[in-house]
Amino acid sequence: MSVAVPSVTDTSKGDQVITARGLARTFEGRGRGKQKEEVRAVAGVDIDVAEGEIVGFLGPNGAGKTTTLRMLTTLLKPTAGSATVAGYDVATQSQQVRRSIGYVSQSGSTSPEARAGEEIMDHGMLYGISQKQAESRGRELFEQLDLDGLWERQPRAMSGGQRRRLDIAMGLVHDPTLVFLDEPTTGLDPQARANLWTHIADLRTKRGATIFLTTHYLDEADALCDRILVIDHGSIVASDTPDALKKQVAGDLVSLVVADPARAVEAAELLGRIADTEVEVGPSHDGFTGVSTRVRGAGHEVAGLIRGLDAAGIALESIEVRRPTLDDVFLDLTGRSLREDA
Amino acid sequence: MFWRETYIVFRRQLRLALRNPAWVIIGLVQPILYLCLFGPLLEPLASTLGAENAYTLFVPGLLVQLGLFGALFAGFGLIAEWRSGVIEAERVTPASRTALLLGRILRDVLQLFVQGVVLIGLAFLFGLTGSILGMLFGLLLTVLLGAACAAASNALALTTKSEDVMAPVINSIALPVLLLSGILLPMTIGPQWLQVVSDFMPTKYIVNAIRELFVGNVFTITTMWGVIWTVVLFAAGLYVGTRTFRKENA
Repeated sequence: MSVAVPSVTDTSKGDQVITARGLARTFEGRGRGKQKEEVRAVAGVDIDVAEGEIVGFLGPNGAGKTTTLRMLTTLLKPTAGSATVAGYDVATQSQQVRRSIGYVSQSGSTSPEARAGEEIMDHGMLYGISQKQAESRGRELFEQLDLDGLWERQPRAMSGGQRRRLDIAMGLVHDPTLVFLDEPTTGLDPQARANLWTHIADLRTKRGATIFLTTHYLDEADALCDRILVIDHGSIVASDTPDALKKQVAGDLVSLVVADPARAVEAAELLGRIADTEVEVGPSHDGFTGVSTRVRGAGHEVAGLIRGLDAAGIALESIEVRRPTLDDVFLDLTGRSLREDA
Repeated sequence: MFWRETYIVFRRQLRLALRNPAWVIIGLVQPILYLCLFGPLLEPLASTLGAENAYTLFVPGLLVQLGLFGALFAGFGLIAEWRSGVIEAERVTPASRTALLLGRILRDVLQLFVQGVVLIGLAFLFGLTGSILGMLFGLLLTVLLGAACAAASNALALTTKSEDVMAPVINSIALPVLLLSGILLPMTIGPQWLQVVSDFMPTKYIVNAIRELFVGNVFTITTMWGVIWTVVLFAAGLYVGTRTFRKENA
């Protein structure tokens, strides 16, 4: 499958804080039997992130998101290619990279039995800051991330959302300007997710940080990111703003539900006059017949469609016009729905 | 910088261990039970085993047992830490990877030292006599052996990342070592073939050396072999441990 990758390297915002070229990682797996099997987790990706951007790394589980992130954060050595993060080479200047970045991993960062405040202080001290400084930074972050009063609390006694915010505080204790977040809201309830989104957006607005996050939630990428990199099977298949990506999908989805199945063919014909893709006809969930297609600029076209249907005396149970979602984009790019894998 | 990082890791580990002292207590109770329940059985046998005092024979064995078992199981805590993301979070800081390992080993070593002191102190109440200086030297060997085992155990934990894999591996190492090192009874009372097999067990030389030290024989060949093996095992354990901690994809 070949997919044109639009390159939108926006350098107007400032310096590049992440530049990766041909970054790849293969794992030596053992197949059935004795022969060794090479698993290509990341098959050579190019990534450019400018200062102040929020970039989302979107893909199903196993697409190579975490592997790429672990290479960019010096936790994993690339098997090929190179990457510069915060001005330093990840392979040869890992110490400097580590000093400059914050990393919030999927798996957490604190012992369940420890006390939250002690964990953040120790973590800060491992970055070389003094105990006193680590404490004041930690308390400040607890306040900013709505963790007031939880300094002495054990992580195991915290809610999922509080623990995630504690992980973020841990990642920020040394005041990094570039923050990596690996699936920050996985496993959180909708309310906690929305709350965390505000905090993530605040990282840029209040601290001026550049943010690189992975997610397999489309709404998350849509809500937070200036730009989205879509990764599938270890390769980047698209890189653009959420809106531009959505525009790639041919128009809005117009779905009609026809009350009388016998008239469905006529309805499909009328819809076909404004359609940009093939009209699909099929039974709808409540026993009626559904007719749907994609229409560019559906807002303009739908009024005429309804007049036509009315003139022909075709009664509708419902009509729905849906703007394309990133899910449609993903389906378009890979031929699969993101949710099938997630 | 390195020592500061080691201290930060050590302090955190110690704090967590003291907060959940169940394992510390179990670790202390075990040698005491051996001393109380097994020691009296040895007392009448001491002369047949070639010792004037049963406890100079028995306590060194218990020390090595503590060093081996206590430390070999240290890795289990690391797996739990890895699972909760602590290891990864520490590895993304600029801290030295060796410091991350050493801080943890120092906690195990401190625990072992305290257990050893309690054991020896208690053994005096039971009638242990011997050279105090030799005992301290013996304790030092025990602690070094424990550090080697703790490092190896941490390396194994980070490689397997699974308690289910680690438990059988450690048990299958520890039991033959325990039986063939003459920890409970000296190997010299066994048949020839058993003695030959046990000659391949480095820990046997360490147990023998600590027994020598307990009666005050510092400058003997037996002691020398024990010291050499302790140093070799210590170096090997630290090497394997730091290598695993440094490895980029661990």
